[in-house]
Amino acid sequence: MPNAIYLDYVSSSPVLPEIIADYQRLLTQYYANSDAIHDLGREIASLVALSRTKTAELLDVSARDLFFTSGATESNNAIIKGIAFANRSRGNHLITSSVEHSSVFETFKYLEQNHGFEVTYLDVDKFGQIDLVSLDQSIRPDTTLVSLMAINNETGAQFPVEAIVECVKGHPHTFLHVDGVQALGKYPLDLSRVDAASFSAHKIGGLKGSGLMMVKSHVAMDPLLNGGHQENGRRAGTLNALADIVFAKTLRLSLEHYAANESRIDRMHRRLIEGLDSFGVVHVNSPEHASRYILNFSVDHIPSEILLNALNQRSIYVSAQSTCSYEANTPSRVLTAMGFDRERALNSVRVSLSYLTQNQEIEVFLNALKEIIDYVKH
Amino acid sequence: MSNTDYHYILVRYGELSTKGKNRLSFINQLKRNIKEALFQFSALTYQETYDRLYITLNGENPADVSALLQNVFGIISFSWAYQCPSEIDAIAEAATRLAKAESGETFKVIARRHYKLFPMLSDEINRAVAGHILDETSLRVDVHQPDIKVWIEVRQDKTFIMVNMIKGSGGYPVGIGGKAMMMLSGGIDSPVAAYLMMKRGVKVDMIHFASMPYTSAQSLQKVKDLTKLLTPYQSSIRLNVIHFTTIQLAINKVVPESYTITVMRRFMFRIADRLGLDTRCLAIATGESLGQVASQTLDSMRVISAVTSLPVLRPVLTYDKNEIIDCSKRIRTYETSILPFEDCCTIFTPQKPTTKPHLNKVEFYESKLDIEGLINECLSQVDVEYITQKQTAETDDLF
Repeated sequence: MPNAIYLDYVSSSPVLPEIIADYQRLLTQYYANSDAIHDLGREIASLVALSRTKTAELLDVSARDLFFTSGATESNNAIIKGIAFANRSRGNHLITSSVEHSSVFETFKYLEQNHGFEVTYLDVDKFGQIDLVSLDQSIRPDTTLVSLMAINNETGAQFPVEAIVECVKGHPHTFLHVDGVQALGKYPLDLSRVDAASFSAHKIGGLKGSGLMMVKSHVAMDPLLNGGHQENGRRAGTLNALADIVFAKTLRLSLEHYAANESRIDRMHRRLIEGLDSFGVVHVNSPEHASRYILNFSVDHIPSEILLNALNQRSIYVSAQSTCSYEANTPSRVLTAMGFDRERALNSVRVSLSYLTQNQEIEVFLNALKEIIDYVKH
Repeated sequence: MSNTDYHYILVRYGELSTKGKNRLSFINQLKRNIKEALFQFSALTYQETYDRLYITLNGENPADVSALLQNVFGIISFSWAYQCPSEIDAIAEAATRLAKAESGETFKVIARRHYKLFPMLSDEINRAVAGHILDETSLRVDVHQPDIKVWIEVRQDKTFIMVNMIKGSGGYPVGIGGKAMMMLSGGIDSPVAAYLMMKRGVKVDMIHFASMPYTSAQSLQKVKDLTKLLTPYQSSIRLNVIHFTTIQLAINKVVPESYTITVMRRFMFRIADRLGLDTRCLAIATGESLGQVASQTLDSMRVISAVTSLPVLRPVLTYDKNEIIDCSKRIRTYETSILPFEDCCTIFTPQKPTTKPHLNKVEFYESKLDIEGLINECLSQVDVEYITQKQTAETDDLF
C-alpha cells in the first residue's frame, strides 16, 4: 500500500528480504521429513541442527537447551503447564504478574480455574514495576515456578530481569521462566541463570508459526505435545524444519539491524513523546526507561477504537492495547493493573517502532493525530 | 584505541628455534600452516625475520586472526604490534595510548634497539616512554611483576610497539614429523589422539571402517564432521573410508564370539598397515587407552599389533577417560563424538569378548579365512575424501 505508515512492529513485523529468499529456496528443495533417516531427511536435520547451534551462540546458551516451537504462545503454554504439572508433587503454587501477555496470563488462569493450582499475581505500580520484596515474600516452599516477562508488550515497561534472577535463585526449589518475546533481537538478555524462556520469530522479521523455547536440561517439564521423540522429547511433532532453519539468520540480522539503529530509534522515540506531550490532551502511559520500541498513550475523550479507525483511514496502522487481547470496550488489563482509570485504560493506543521506521513517518503520524484530535474536539 | 589500529601480528616460533640445521624446513612448514589456517583473511601479507614472522594486517581485525592463530602448532606466542615512526615523541605517545587501553594497574617498558644509531640508548627510551605513561595515565611502574608490559622495538625506518602477548599452542608445525595413519572410529578418544599427534608435528591421514548397511549414513557423516573439527590444526585431512561389512560378516561366520573383536581389530590393523605403507605413512595411530574395553588390554594390544609392520602409536594410552573427555571438550570434538550413532565397533559387539586373547588361537581361527583375498577386496574400494576448512557448503549462506 503506497504511503502506508506501519507502526505496529511489535505486533508483527515484515519478513526480512533475506529470509524470504532463503525460505523460498528451501521450500523448493527440502520437502522431506527432518526425522527421516535417508539422505534428504538427514540433510534437513543437519541444517536444523546448525540453526540451533547458531541461535544458541547468539543467545549464549547451550544448543541442547533450545527447542523450536510454533511460536511464543506455544512456548509459554508448554513451559508453564509443563513445569507446573511435572513438579506438582513438590508444590501447587505458581507466581506471575498481573501484566503478562495473554498467553501467559490466561495459561495461569486456566491452571488455577481448571486444575486447582494456586496462583499469585504480583501487582505492579504506576510505572508498571513489580515489587521485588513482595516477589521474594511470595515465594513459598511449595512454589515451583515464577514466570515474568522481560519487556511488557503493551507499555514497553522493562522488568529488572537480573534482580528477579537474583531473587528467585535464592529459592532453589523454584524455577524461573522469562517471556523474552519483546526483548529478543533488541535488548541483551542474560539467560545464564534463567531456567526457561520463550521467543517468537515474527516479531523480529521472521516467519509466523516459528518460535523457540529455552528449557535448561535440569528443568523437569511435562511435554505439552506427546508423540514422537523430536526435540529431545520436549516437543513432539514433525519439525517446521524450514522455518527453524531460517530462525538463526532472522535473529542474527535482527540483532545487527537493531544494534546499528539504536540511537536513531532512541531519537525517534523521544521525538514521539515530545510531540504527544505538546498536544496537552495526550497522556503517555509507558513509564520512563521503557523499551524504546513501544510507546503507549491515551487521548482524552477518544476511545481507542475511534482513534484507530481514524488513523486507519489515513493508512496509519497502530494497535490498541495488545493485539492478542484486544476487544472493543474492554479496558486494558495492563493499564488497569498500573492503576490508570477506566477511561484512560479504554483509550489506550500502542505505537511501536523498528529499525525500518523513518523520522518522516513519525512526523506524519503526529500531524495526523493532531488533525484527528482537533476534528473530534469540534 | 581500537583493534583496527594495530598494523601487525608478530609471531614467535616455538621449540623449533633450537633445531639447528632443520630450522629452515621447520619455518617453511610453519609459514605454510599459518597461511593455510588464515586463508580466509585475504588482505594479510607475510614477512619473516630470523626468529619471527610478521603478519601485516592491512585492515583485518587482529582479534579474528588471533582466534585462528592460536590453533596453529609450532607458535610459542604472538603479539599485536602497532607501528609508528622511529621518533621518541611518536613512540611515547603511541605506547601511552596502547597501555591505556589495556586493563591493569602497573606497567613496565621494555625497549630494544635493533637500529643502533638511534640517538637514545634502550634505557633512555624506557625512561622517556615510562615518564610519558606516568604523566598521562594513572598507571604505576612495577619492574618485577607488571600487569602490562610495553615492548618497544626500534628499527631504522619504523618502531613496533606491543602490549599483549598471546600464548600459542606450542608443539611442532604439523607436517615436519612425517605422517601417520590415524584410526578414527567416531568416538571420543580417537579425535583427541589425532589432535595430540598433530601437536607433535605429525600429519595424519584418517582411516575409518564403515559397515554399511549396519552402520548408518549419519555415523559416516559424524566421522566427516569430526575430521572437519580437526582442520583448524591441520588444514587438509585425507579421510580413507574402508567398506568393512564383508570382512565383518566373514569373521562372524567362522570365529567364536569371544574372539570376533580381536580378529576384527587385526583385520583393521592389517588394512591400516597396508594402506599406510602405500600412502607413505610412517606409523599407525589409534585412540586406544589402556584397559578400557576388550581390545584395549595389554594382552589384546600385543596380539592385535602383531600383524603390522608400521609401529602403532597410542597417544592417549595412559590417559584416564576423564582426561580424554576434558581434552575433547577443549578441542570441541566432544559434542559431536557423543552423538548416538552405531559405529563398526558397537554393532557386532559380542556378549563376552575375551580380554586375554591367545595368539595361537587367533591364528587358528584366522586360518579359516582368506585373509589376503578379503583385504585386497577391501583395499580395492577405498573411498578417499579430503576434508578441508575451505569447503563451503552451498547452504552456508543460510545462517
